[in-house]
Amino acid sequence: MAQVRVTVDGVNYADDVEPRMLLVQYLREKLGKTGTLIGCDTSNCGACTVHLNGRSVKSCSVLAVQADGGEVLTIEGLARDGELHPVQKAFNECHGLQCGYCTPGMIMAAVDLLGDNPDPDENEVREGIEGNLCRCTGYQNIVRSVQRAAQMMKPGSAVPAESAAPVAGGN
Amino acid sequence: MTTTAEPTTELGKARTRKEDARLITGRTRYTDSITPHGTLHMHVVRSPLAHARINGVDKSAAEAAPGVVGVYTAADLGVDAVGLPCAWPITPDMKSPQRPLLATSTVHFAGEGVAVVVARTAAEARDAGDLVEIDYDPLEPVLDMEAALADGATLVHPDLGTNENATWVFDSGAAGTGGSVDEAISAAEADPDSVVVRRRFRQQRLIPAFMEPRSCVVDPTGEQITVWSATQIPHILRTMTTVTLGVPEAKLRVIAPDVGGGFGGKIGVLPEEMLCVALAQRLHKPVKWTETRSESLLAAHHGRDQIQDITITAKRDGTVTGLDVHLLADMGAYLGLVGPGVPILGAFMFNAIYKIPALKFTCTNVFTTKTLTDAYRGAGRPEATFAIERIMDELAAELGRDPLELREQNWITHEEFPFTTVVGLTYDSGNYEQATQQAKQKFDYDALRREQAERRARGDKVQLGIGISTFTEMCGLAPSRVLGSLAYGAGGWEAASIRMLATGKVEVITGASPHGQGHETAFSQIVADQLGVPFEDVEILHGDTQSSPKGLDTYGSRSLAVGGIAIVKAAEKVVAKAKKLAAHLLEASEDDIEFNAGQFTVRGTDKGKAIQELAFAAFMAHDYPEDMEPSLDADAVYDPENFSFPHGTHLAAIEVDTETGKVNLRNYVCVDDIGTVVNPLIVEGQVHGGLAQGIAQALYEEANYDDQGTLVNGTFVDYTLPSAADLPSFDTAVVSTPATSNPLGVKGVGEAGTIASTPAIVNGVLDAIRHLGVADVEMPTTSQRVWRAIQEAQGRSTQETPVDTHSPGAGLGSIDPNNPQGEVQ
Amino acid sequence: MIPAKFDYVRPSSVEEAVTALRDAGEDAKILAGGQSLLPVLRLRLAAPSTIVDLGGIAELRHIAEDGDRIAIGAMAAHHDVMRDDLVKQHVSLLSQATETVADPQVRHRGTLGGALAHADPAGDLGAVALALDAEFVIAGGSGTRTVPASEFFVDYFTTAIGEGEILTQVRFPKYTGWSTHYEKFNRTAQAWSMCAVAVALRLDGGSIAEARVGLTNMGTTPIRARGVEAALVGQQASEDAARAAAEHATEGTAAPSDADAASDYREHLARVLTGRAVLAAAG
Repeated sequence: MAQVRVTVDGVNYADDVEPRMLLVQYLREKLGKTGTLIGCDTSNCGACTVHLNGRSVKSCSVLAVQADGGEVLTIEGLARDGELHPVQKAFNECHGLQCGYCTPGMIMAAVDLLGDNPDPDENEVREGIEGNLCRCTGYQNIVRSVQRAAQMMKPGSAVPAESAAPVAGGN
Repeated sequence: MTTTAEPTTELGKARTRKEDARLITGRTRYTDSITPHGTLHMHVVRSPLAHARINGVDKSAAEAAPGVVGVYTAADLGVDAVGLPCAWPITPDMKSPQRPLLATSTVHFAGEGVAVVVARTAAEARDAGDLVEIDYDPLEPVLDMEAALADGATLVHPDLGTNENATWVFDSGAAGTGGSVDEAISAAEADPDSVVVRRRFRQQRLIPAFMEPRSCVVDPTGEQITVWSATQIPHILRTMTTVTLGVPEAKLRVIAPDVGGGFGGKIGVLPEEMLCVALAQRLHKPVKWTETRSESLLAAHHGRDQIQDITITAKRDGTVTGLDVHLLADMGAYLGLVGPGVPILGAFMFNAIYKIPALKFTCTNVFTTKTLTDAYRGAGRPEATFAIERIMDELAAELGRDPLELREQNWITHEEFPFTTVVGLTYDSGNYEQATQQAKQKFDYDALRREQAERRARGDKVQLGIGISTFTEMCGLAPSRVLGSLAYGAGGWEAASIRMLATGKVEVITGASPHGQGHETAFSQIVADQLGVPFEDVEILHGDTQSSPKGLDTYGSRSLAVGGIAIVKAAEKVVAKAKKLAAHLLEASEDDIEFNAGQFTVRGTDKGKAIQELAFAAFMAHDYPEDMEPSLDADAVYDPENFSFPHGTHLAAIEVDTETGKVNLRNYVCVDDIGTVVNPLIVEGQVHGGLAQGIAQALYEEANYDDQGTLVNGTFVDYTLPSAADLPSFDTAVVSTPATSNPLGVKGVGEAGTIASTPAIVNGVLDAIRHLGVADVEMPTTSQRVWRAIQEAQGRSTQETPVDTHSPGAGLGSIDPNNPQGEVQ
Repeated sequence: MIPAKFDYVRPSSVEEAVTALRDAGEDAKILAGGQSLLPVLRLRLAAPSTIVDLGGIAELRHIAEDGDRIAIGAMAAHHDVMRDDLVKQHVSLLSQATETVADPQVRHRGTLGGALAHADPAGDLGAVALALDAEFVIAGGSGTRTVPASEFFVDYFTTAIGEGEILTQVRFPKYTGWSTHYEKFNRTAQAWSMCAVAVALRLDGGSIAEARVGLTNMGTTPIRARGVEAALVGQQASEDAARAAAEHATEGTAAPSDADAASDYREHLARVLTGRAVLAAAG
């Protein structure tokens, strides 16, 4: 067993884990952070993407012990004070998801991308999310979502919501 | 996608989805996230060999491993006589091998389970799995369909005496729905003013590759056994669990919680599901199984895999006179739930939108020692559409005609609807001219043809091709009597219930079972219109046989066209009851009650009751008519009278780099007629996703086996799904000719993009390089295949295209998972 | 999905790491960024007894100017390498090639040293290191030694790093002002290179004064295309010259055959891509 101390979504945790435990398993099985999902075993699909120390990583390709002393942000910690992150809002408004399985990883990858490049063009978005596979959307509305989020996140921007329907709570 | 002014009804409104709120925040409940207290974990020990006799299983080391509760073969569990169901005996004499939960004496494909390990953690189960020693005697694999049918071939199932599962024939001449193809071919061969074009097309083997791996949890505590499964078919799964294991249906509750995609790949009754039930019953503890991606690619059912021999006859003026279709369809080692019927679903679609006077369809299903095949998005119809759309291009090339013009010459004109086709189906509605005209305009067809001519004339390294697909499909599976005539083991109806709650909110129960389609949103819109209640006040319940006891689930573009109509029928009953109660409370005759936008009013007065008030009055039940029950709730079961027939025109501009063979999809335009649109946002998403999957078949994906019968595409490294960086944005639009076969006029959209796009891409690739002498490129049209085709057409011989060798990718790089000789530093 | 059990050590200095490796014996594996190792462990294609994680050694992440060289710590992440101003200015070919490695998440974790030590012939960075005459600093029980790129790549997944040794730094000569391009060809965007060509040119007026060319996935190691280099030097950077030089691209290669590309196709690609890379570098 090895000890891992991490901050996940703003909460501090300390646990003894087997060294072989993957970060994604630690999040799901030890912390109950089941919002982060597993889609493959070769780091292709990106469903497990979280932020580790401020950068997007595939949590299936990081050992929990490698995250020791680090800070993890998952899809569950992205909304602040009940307010969705603009990328979350944009995915809803632009229909950037269907079955939702790639969505947590896709959103976390997109948040990182926009932190790196606040105003990506279509190709930059496509390349920025090439580590995340989606089988439902054909990516077009995901790309649109990311670009829309970029608009919303511009300083002083007041991009109106496309729909009057509130997002939190779903109906 | 073009949008029009926001409609005042919910129908047609681009509502953002209700289900997103949980999916974008991680507040999801996929099966693998469910772990009741005391859950034990099952690991399946799978055969690495395609075909082998099992001499013995030594469990002792595994049984002694830490955390292990037990190691079991089928015999240990007493399920060695149990066979998994195939619900579609396509012919009375169909050969059907027993599909065991775990292989007993012989394994028939690489990936078949032989034993299971149950342990306290998934890791311990996996560790112990390595310690189960299985002694195999290898047998000859059976890999090639034509060789499998030859005399003296090794038999996959020797007791069947053949590798042929069944041969299914439809002959329009014999059926009386059209002429004789044999006569059409003889006539064409004898007629200098006719042509006969014969081609062989290959539908490669594909893997559905839903993003959520399959998973199930079975909890035997409590009175009912609860089964959570990542399935498209919770209702069918419940019935089939009873049929398979004998657990009384009423003692089973099946739940499909959030399900991460299916595409047909989650229509199945899995050995793993049945094993979890048997183990949970035996161990009295919850038992869970979640597959890895490599297990999924190996053992979850595959799709397509056909050899198509197509013969088309036509007059030199372009009039098509006959179509002869010969298919070989690879079933794999066993029959899936509907596997043998999948090619048959295409039988009625080969004539597509064309007035073909004679059609014969002959399909022989073949057993091989490969993973079994079953439904994959489109199921039968993409294969049919590919063949007819490809052969129409070949015919156009033969006749020197513009391929779009040739199609127009042969298609059913909009004045001719309803039109009964050569296979006896009646197309209720459609307008191929309208969709094509719009698509051509968006695409700027004439300008691209000019560019193509220019590039050819100057011998540009990058050549341009225009790919065309004018498709139709049959949706809304299905009229029960039709399914009966095809010997399908179930009906095609769908059920719905509406519960009017005391507080005026509405619960709608549907037997359809979504896995990404957006049912909660689209069905809420329908109910809001039908009952005149706010969209937000409608809650859609699904996917749990306890709350939704009756249903036939989601596949075949049926949820809206069948499930949605069932909801309309239930709503009509609610309104009828409410009207009666309103008349009673308002002291008026029922004939004088008008219903509009949720209000029941007495004609000519300002007296009225809102539907919510009536729901509350029914709940209180202080005052209601003597001849009714105090309830507005209603159930309905809807059995469609016909299929629906969406159609569309898809155009692809394809650039081929003739130096490297690389194919670049430059532009893709489609105009689809899917009838009435409930939610344009959802429709657009379905079209995009469908296109991506169809394009992926044309350009990227294939599942191949090496000569030992080992799947070489066993990870996402080798089974190459396109990423965002591999696809362009699509230019999509819809036109609407409402279906006349249902009250909403809806047709179905889930499979359209997939069905239409594959031939559009391949036709485009060929159109770009046909002038170089290339007549065909097998799918997927990878750069290597295109380059080789060009070389060969120019008379330069090249090596074979190897398909059975690992290519470097993702974290594994050049390390071949099937042959890991390169040690990792 | 779940790796087999292993012991885990996280040293905080190179010395500790060397000791840990020695103690762990021959079944130990070094964990750098883990982006190749973890998938391999998860599929249980390897089951080391001990993992020595270099992630705790801060000194291995540097990127610094060292006289006429740019010295990059073995644990510098791809993302940091490709964004580094020194690298962009003096070793732009490395920056360009690193941008094409995998995807953003993998580039955040994956490291220059890890990728080079892994020595997958389909990896993009070996051809760059070889073409640019990089040096590899390797630490072991008896101190450190420096190995030139020409001797570093030995075979398929095999380098000059010996048992008990650790790659600590990669040093690139400065190619300030050179014109560079990395031309990559793959089946899908996230796939490894079917074939790729790394080109650095020193242009003098319109003509090529010096040339460095490396090939990815054309043999069991990265390959230096010296024939192409020789053919380019002294030529005008024209399409004809590029095409003529590219004819030498397959000299000394042993192209592998796999599902994406049989060897004849790979050889053809090497020629076409070499021509394109030279022209792209020459701008």
